[in-house]
Amino acid sequence: MSAALTAKDFATSQEVRWCPGCGDYAILKAVTKTLADVGARPETTVFISGIGCASRFPYYVETYGFHTIHGRAPAIGTGLKLANPELDVWVVTGDGDSLSIGGNHLLHALRRNVGLKILLFNNEIYGLTKGQYSPTSRVGTRSPSTPTGSVDAPVSPGQFALGAGARFFARGIDTDKVGLSEVLEEAHAFEGAALAEIFQNCIVYNEDVFADFTDRKTAADTQLRVRHGEPMLFGAGKEKGIRFNAETVALEVIDASANPEQVLVHDQTNRVVASMLVDLKAPMALGVIYKNPADSYEKSWYAATSNGLKRSSSVADVLRSTNTWTVT
Amino acid sequence: MSDRNSMESIVVRLAGDSGDGVQLMGSQFIASTALSGKDFATFPDYPAEIRAPVGTTFGVSAYQMNLGAERITTAGDKPDVLVAFNPAALKVSLPILDDGALLIVNNNSFTPRNLTKAGYEKDPRETGELDSYQLVCVDVSHLNLEAVKAFGLSKSDSGRCKNFWSLGLLMWMFDRDLAPTDAWIKAKFAKKKVVRDANVAALHSGHAYGETAELSEALPRFNVSKAALPEGEYRGITGSEALSLGLAAAGELADRPIVFCSYPITPASQLLHRLSRLGDLGVGTFQAEDEIAAICAAIGASYGGAIGVTSSSGPGIALKTEALGLAVNAELPLVIINSQRGGPSTGLPTKTEQSDLYQAVYGRNADTPIPVVAARSAGDCFATAIEAVRIALRHMTPVILLSDGYLANAAEPWLIPDMSEFEPIESNPVPAADSARDTQGLAFDRDPETQGRPWITPGMPDLMHRLGGIEKDIDTGHISYDPENHQRMTDMRAAKIESVAEFIPQQTMELGQNEGELLVIGWGSTYGPIYQAVRKIRESHANVSYTHLRHLSPMPKNLRTLIARFNQVLVPEMNMGQLSTLLRDKLGADPVPFSKVTGQPFMISELVARCRSMLPPAMVTAAVPAKKGKAQ
Repeated sequence: MSAALTAKDFATSQEVRWCPGCGDYAILKAVTKTLADVGARPETTVFISGIGCASRFPYYVETYGFHTIHGRAPAIGTGLKLANPELDVWVVTGDGDSLSIGGNHLLHALRRNVGLKILLFNNEIYGLTKGQYSPTSRVGTRSPSTPTGSVDAPVSPGQFALGAGARFFARGIDTDKVGLSEVLEEAHAFEGAALAEIFQNCIVYNEDVFADFTDRKTAADTQLRVRHGEPMLFGAGKEKGIRFNAETVALEVIDASANPEQVLVHDQTNRVVASMLVDLKAPMALGVIYKNPADSYEKSWYAATSNGLKRSSSVADVLRSTNTWTVT
Repeated sequence: MSDRNSMESIVVRLAGDSGDGVQLMGSQFIASTALSGKDFATFPDYPAEIRAPVGTTFGVSAYQMNLGAERITTAGDKPDVLVAFNPAALKVSLPILDDGALLIVNNNSFTPRNLTKAGYEKDPRETGELDSYQLVCVDVSHLNLEAVKAFGLSKSDSGRCKNFWSLGLLMWMFDRDLAPTDAWIKAKFAKKKVVRDANVAALHSGHAYGETAELSEALPRFNVSKAALPEGEYRGITGSEALSLGLAAAGELADRPIVFCSYPITPASQLLHRLSRLGDLGVGTFQAEDEIAAICAAIGASYGGAIGVTSSSGPGIALKTEALGLAVNAELPLVIINSQRGGPSTGLPTKTEQSDLYQAVYGRNADTPIPVVAARSAGDCFATAIEAVRIALRHMTPVILLSDGYLANAAEPWLIPDMSEFEPIESNPVPAADSARDTQGLAFDRDPETQGRPWITPGMPDLMHRLGGIEKDIDTGHISYDPENHQRMTDMRAAKIESVAEFIPQQTMELGQNEGELLVIGWGSTYGPIYQAVRKIRESHANVSYTHLRHLSPMPKNLRTLIARFNQVLVPEMNMGQLSTLLRDKLGADPVPFSKVTGQPFMISELVARCRSMLPPAMVTAAVPAKKGKAQ
């Protein structure tokens, strides 16, 4: 085993070319730190991306990397996992890349449970093509292509994932080093498809779109950090809690100090509660919202492929495994 | 007909409803033909509908076979024998029959209802319109039901045995051994003992009927001599079998796994089915969510060090185009198989065409050259698959392999190749990590002869690098928007594909000399009919030659010179002249296109006529008039 690596060992010689102040810088830092922290090896780690600002990511990590085409990174990652299931494969994608042009591939990577760590940088806007509204943009988003405001309802990455049959969905914020690292480590450890939605601030085209819950000054009251087995509490003194209201069949905020027994304890394997957490806006649920492990696709695929890509017979024999006749 | 009982070759066509088991009957008959040492070629011709309405003309499924002692390369122009299971099958097949053909019809199916469905106002058996044929009416349905009555099957299950009853009769006519079919039925229906026994009984009953029937005067027996095939061990093979085995063989020769990623599409799906059963040969298959995912997963597999292969038909290949560009830019090996079908759009999914040649050679954005190879026959698919993988690994490039709907389904006897005669497939050596050099540059250290780069795959220590679709510096491999560099990279990509020509065999003649009056150039599945046509025309015109291309891009280096030695060039194709365009574009040739896009293969007779029309009158006068029908 070689010496322990640090975050710096995962930096490449390439000049990072995101806009100054872009949230991607913070994410890159969190990712390289996580790689060092979990003891990842550069030669068995691969970053695959599609197209968009986020997809520049592989050039900046000293591992194997493949900057592919728009929306297709999960499909390329799937093929890579089939060829070599031992690799640690990360997919870096944006909201347009993964939920517009690549929606189909994300859907299928998730429902198959392919062992990909999918980092969805969600900034609710198209950055690289200069500011058009994206599939996660809220109704009324004014952009070069929607001068009077967008009219289409946005897709919810969390609901998409749960609907697709994802077994891991987590959320983090670009500049929240601690929370994001926790999510990245959990995603890394997950055997199947792990989707992490990262709220990323595009300072040029959609600045502060998430400020209502990312602002550090108000974060204690606007963020709900969920952890498996712990009560869902938030607020500066953890005085507020989340309760399930059986009459409205919805989650609601209650005074936790008055009704501690009513506060929901986070069960990350509960898909129904996960679905309600995903929809919660105030506070915004962060952390591992849903995690329900099962065999990865590649593991099942190898078990079902008669020899796991190993040759146990010869072509010469198989060619003759039918009726043959000899002409003399 | 009776005077032709002993013959060199004979064309038999079976036609019925798509639920009648005609394809199964044909393939079983062919299996017994193979074991009896005859040469053969087949043409399954089935409707696009899975189960079209019973009794209709558009629901007719047919299986045409050409059996013979001569070298057989096509399923034959015109059937000598037609077995028609219902009036619709008769109606559809009549136009392609010559006078004197033997018609065997299932009498019981000529009900008023079936006649109406087939569009017959009156029963053709009674109107005299079949007088020019030799008509034999057999109560197939009735005799079959009698034969299987004892097994207590339902009426519909009993009826399903009639293809085996008819097969038994056909086997009697052609003096075939029932034993292999017996064995096949027993294995196929091992778990359904009653069905198994009923089918065996039907087969033997049909055979016995031939022997004992009062009709034996009318029912001729045919004696096709054994074919003079080269010595060796043979098996029957279809194009999709040969392609899948060829890919597995390429994996073995390269000592790499094959990861085949595909999305179902007619007529390419059979490849996915067949390869999914070749796990023992180190093959893995992935049924992707769409065509794009299929090629992307194949690219991912190649990136990981397996041989990534994807397959589709024209419309699906169109969807894969963007990813093809990525594979070119990332300099990754990949094989893309196109089982061509009639188009545009959904077109004729079950009919054959060669109209994706432009798509293969030119059909991408930007200057994105890709080598293109094509298989000529069912058995040739095997060697073509190996060749495609060899090019892909040597030059680190995607390679397009063109097949078509006809090849996918056509069967022929195949001399089983000796695997030790194939050279191993080498990939470019992986360099040792060099601390003095940036690993990014090492990954793009191209071989000056082939422009192939080392196949460095994730998992290899100290060789980490980044691939991508963005243009990269020709030396360092890092992203580059430098104008001069893009010119150099574009030149490199062109040189890479041109360099393939340095490694492929010189073009040779299939028939005839290297100079003369007329050169016929073919590619793909038209090999069979062109070969027969040119052989025929050469009986009177020795100055006609025939050459057939496997390598369509780049073409063999000597092709230009070869073409220049002929006064005229004819290019028959199942498209509107795409190879003709290519020959003009790449070689400055001036070929005469001969196009056919009916969804059916060329007939030998139409090719002979077209060649003859191009020959100087003096030569035609000197020619011996061709005999009607086939050579005997």
